Amino acid sequence: MSSRSSTLPLSLVSDQHRNEVRGWQLFRRHRLALASGLLLLMFIGIAVFADQVTPYDPNATNTDYARGKPQAPSFEYALGTDNYGRDYLSRTISGVRVSLFVGISAVIFQLLIGVTIGALAGYFGGWLDNLLMRITDIFLAIPAFMLLLILAGILGGTLLALIFAIGALNWMTVARLVRGQFLSLREREFVMAGQCIGASHWRLIAVYILPNTISSIIVAATLSIPGAILTESALSFLGLGVPPPNASLGNMLGGAQQWIRTAWWMWIVPGATISLIVLAFNFVGDGLRDALDPQLR
Amino acid sequence: MIRYIIRRLLLAVPLLLVISALTFVIVEIAPGDAAQMYIDPEKGTDPAYIEQIRRNLGLDQPIHVRYVAWLGQTLSGDWGFSFRSRRAVTLEVGDRLPNTLLLGGTALLLSFVLAVPIGVISAFKRYSWIDYTVTTLSLVGTSIPIFWVALLFIQVFAIQMDWFPASGMRSVREQYTGWQSVIDVLHHMILPTIVLALAQIAGWSRYQRSALLDVLGQDYIRTARGKGVRERRVLILHALRNALIPMITLVGISVPSVVTGAFITETIFSWPGIGRLGVDAVSGRDYPVIMAVTMLSAVLIILSSLLADIAYAWADPRIRYEQS
Repeated sequence: MSSRSSTLPLSLVSDQHRNEVRGWQLFRRHRLALASGLLLLMFIGIAVFADQVTPYDPNATNTDYARGKPQAPSFEYALGTDNYGRDYLSRTISGVRVSLFVGISAVIFQLLIGVTIGALAGYFGGWLDNLLMRITDIFLAIPAFMLLLILAGILGGTLLALIFAIGALNWMTVARLVRGQFLSLREREFVMAGQCIGASHWRLIAVYILPNTISSIIVAATLSIPGAILTESALSFLGLGVPPPNASLGNMLGGAQQWIRTAWWMWIVPGATISLIVLAFNFVGDGLRDALDPQLR
Repeated sequence: MIRYIIRRLLLAVPLLLVISALTFVIVEIAPGDAAQMYIDPEKGTDPAYIEQIRRNLGLDQPIHVRYVAWLGQTLSGDWGFSFRSRRAVTLEVGDRLPNTLLLGGTALLLSFVLAVPIGVISAFKRYSWIDYTVTTLSLVGTSIPIFWVALLFIQVFAIQMDWFPASGMRSVREQYTGWQSVIDVLHHMILPTIVLALAQIAGWSRYQRSALLDVLGQDYIRTARGKGVRERRVLILHALRNALIPMITLVGISVPSVVTGAFITETIFSWPGIGRLGVDAVSGRDYPVIMAVTMLSAVLIILSSLLADIAYAWADPRIRYEQS
């Protein structure tokens, strides 16, 4: 393994000590991944049971209470209210639900496209591979964010449109990854064995080869969710994502811009929540990669 | 090499055609068109009158005819007029493009200058507390949304400390000339540049770390160490030179994310660039400007990836593009 010879800055340290240091590192890292996984489960739980755990209706205004100004956190409103008197805790919970829903659905959609294209290109090779990879190149050269802005801004920002747009513009990495794996796996003996007993192309792809790529697909998917969540929140922040009055963490931040001097909770809470969710997905993805994919460390 | 460059440039042509056609179709599906801009409210909503305007503008033609017409005009330098400002799109874009290149270029430079040493130190002190801090911080850095960092910076450095202006490119009330105006722009640039660079620094330093670790595992490094070359010399003279090569590709493929970052950063800091123009155009359904900004971004992305590949071949003699 190359990692061994490359720890040479520690070359004076004994092997045993080095392994201890390394083991401790891995443990610490995985502990972080574990904690992040628990945090994510909590967020997902909150998102699923959002209707039950929100103290107020996230879109209900209380203008008598707010009188046009955001109200600071109080006993009644744990995270304060925005300038329309909407409970910020309830809106944050509802925003978490939107972020997770859009992020996870968009990644599922991009996996469907990416895995199909990658598998077909890698398995069949030849002109099909050439064609599919040229299409992939075109998508890689598209200024994705501008196109997303156009799609979301002009065709109307519904959740489904957002999921479709984010997924349709981000499948290329997965396609290339899966293609690479299929290219090397299709030459292996077990695939030839399958061919010999007369397995169909479809069976060879889905039953023989695909299961061997699952671990890298899971890692890639986990590490794609943060990007999808950040894209959704960026679009919503610019006012072109989730349409008001529905809350998303991004449009809450967008709305907080004009209150940045006076109402700290309005921009701290949604921003910190997005960062926490994205960070947790990144840690879990890193941990999964260490656990499932020892070559890619 | 020349042949390779020419082939790549020729390949970029169909790429740009497909992207432009795709954008054209999406914009066509969208509600509203150029006719709205020319309708005289005095003459009202008379269908015959609107039909006349549409015919004058060529909007009654089928979509492929209009696409070819658009393509011809665009190639001959006529990019139409902005629906919002009624100025020529070429002027609108020409005013703002240098500002975006200034901001984006400086941010890329800053990212490179900071990310390389951070990654090198992290790889050199692998599995130390420094390495651990750097890798964790870089993961945090890639996780925080850029627009939140921007708000954070505005709150802390522009509002609380009052060190830098929160928006714009020049002080509106002052009439600076010469060096004073350069310094004024620099003063406005600092916050957006740092915000735009942060995401890159986080990702690149991680990448530089693993690239250097890869190279350090190679045989020729062992040879160098074997003949008694000092560790610092091995690292800087032998290892780093080769570990910098993959960074060239990385800078090239990071351009799309810098473009995305520019859209957001320019909007928050009211930086008069292409990104902000694009966001405003989408909000205002200003189709000629939308088409121009999309195509410019595409050209920028394709050119930077070509440049990165050429620089890669130049830096690494093991790579040659002559065959095939």
